[in-house]
Amino acid sequence: MGVVERTWTWLATGAHWSGTDGVWHRLGEHLFLTVVCLVLSCAIALPVAVLLGHLGKGGALAVNLSNAGRAVPTFAVLVLLLLSPLGTHGSWPTVIALVLFAIPPLLTNAYVGMREVDRDVVEAARGMGMTGRQLIARVELPLAFPLIVTGVRTAAVQVVATTTLAALPGGGGLGRIITAGFRLTDTAQVVAGALLVAVLALIVEGVLVVAERLLDPVRRRTGPVPG
Amino acid sequence: MAGQDCLISNDWICGEYLRTRSQELTDATLQHIGITLASVAIGLLVAFPLALLARRWRAVAGPVLGLTTVLYTVPSLAMFSLLVPFFGLSPAVVVTGLVLYSLTILVRNILAGLAAVPEETREAARGMGYGPLRLLFGVELPLALPALMAGLRITTVSTISLTTVGAILHYGGLGNLVYDGMHSYFKAQVLTASVLCVALAVAADLLLLLVQRLLTPWTRAGNKAGKAAGKAKSGPGGGKAAGRPAAAEGAL
Repeated sequence: MGVVERTWTWLATGAHWSGTDGVWHRLGEHLFLTVVCLVLSCAIALPVAVLLGHLGKGGALAVNLSNAGRAVPTFAVLVLLLLSPLGTHGSWPTVIALVLFAIPPLLTNAYVGMREVDRDVVEAARGMGMTGRQLIARVELPLAFPLIVTGVRTAAVQVVATTTLAALPGGGGLGRIITAGFRLTDTAQVVAGALLVAVLALIVEGVLVVAERLLDPVRRRTGPVPG
Repeated sequence: MAGQDCLISNDWICGEYLRTRSQELTDATLQHIGITLASVAIGLLVAFPLALLARRWRAVAGPVLGLTTVLYTVPSLAMFSLLVPFFGLSPAVVVTGLVLYSLTILVRNILAGLAAVPEETREAARGMGYGPLRLLFGVELPLALPALMAGLRITTVSTISLTTVGAILHYGGLGNLVYDGMHSYFKAQVLTASVLCVALAVAADLLLLLVQRLLTPWTRAGNKAGKAAGKAKSGPGGGKAAGRPAAAEGAL
C-alpha cells in the first residue's frame, strides 16, 4: 500500500499544486492544448467527413487514413515539427502533431456515421424533393449525430492521453509531472501524474456525454427515441 | 567531401548520414523489431486464454474487457514510468507496457471472431464427434482467423508506433534515434528514424495481410458475391471488432 499512500500524500501536498511546475498550471496547459487541438481537428475533419459521407465517396480514404494515422508515431511527428522552422513557435508543434493524430478517428467515425444513415430514409427525403444541402442538414446530420459525437469523444480521450507526450521535448501539460517524477525516480509522483491525466480524460468524456444528451437533434425534438 | 556538407549544414535528408551511421540504424531497427515481436507474441499468448475465459464465463467477460479498456487509457509515458519499479531499466518494461496495450484489441477481436462462428457449424462439428479442444483448434479458431488477424494487424502497427515512446528508457528502437536527435537537433537522424519506423509499420501490415491470405484461402475462393456474404456474416462481430477498437486505439 506504500505507493497508494505516497501518491495520496503527493497529491495532498499543497506545494505540488502551485507554481509553474504545479498541478494547476500543468492542468491548465493540458486542458488548453486538448481543447485547441480538439476544436481544430473537428473543424478540419468533420466537414470533410460529412461531405464525403453525403456523396458516398472516399470510403477507402477514410479507412486508409485511420490506418495510416495508426502507423505514424505521434512522438516522431512531434519531434519532426519541433526541429522544423515551426519549432520556435511555442506550442504550435504540439498542437499540429495532436491535430494530425486526432483527425483520423474523427474522420472515420463521422464518415461511418453518415454512411450508416438508413438509405431508405435518405431516398424518401430525396423523393420529397430535398436538395443535397437540406438532406445533410435535416436528415443525415441529425441521424448521424450520435456516431459523430462518439468519434469526438474517442478522439478527445485519446488527445488527453497523448498530450502527455508533449512533455518529452519539454512542452507543457500534465506529462511534465510524469517525466519529472520519472527523472526523480519518484513513483508516487508518476502515479499522481497518470491519475490526474485519467481524471481529466474522464471529466472530458463526461462533459461530452452531457453535451451529446443536450444537443442531440433527434432526442431534442421528439424526446427519447425508441431504437 | 560534398557528402559531409549535409551533416554540417544539418539537412533533413543526408546521404552521408545513411552511409556513416548505417550500423546504428540497423541496430535500432533490429531492437525495434525485437521489441515489437516480443510484445505482440506475448500479447497473443496472454490474450488468447483471456478471451477463452471471458467466453466461457460471462462473469469474467465484464472485468476482463473493462480492465483491458482502462489499461488503454493509461498514457504510454506513465505506463512505462510505472513499470520501472518492477523491472528496472530493462527492455522488459517496454515489452510489458506494449503487451498490456495490445490486450485491448486482441481480446476483443478474438472474442468477436469466436462469437461470429455460426452455431450450426459448432453443432455439426460436435455431431461429427469433435471434442472441445478439437472443436476449438480445428473449427472455431480457423473460422475466427479473419477477425483475429485484423486485430493482430492493428495491434502490430500501433505497437511499432508506440515502441518509440520506449526511448525514455532507451529501449525504444528507432525511437532512441528520434529522442537523441531531438536533444542534439540532428534533423537527418530524426527524419530517417521516423521514416524507417513508418516503413516498418507498413511492411509489417502488408506481411500480416499476406499471412492472413495464405492462412484463410477460403475467404477469397468465392466470387464477389461470396466475399460480400462472408463480410455480412462477420458483420456484427467484425464491425465491432474492427470498427470500435480501431477508433479506440492508435492513442497514447
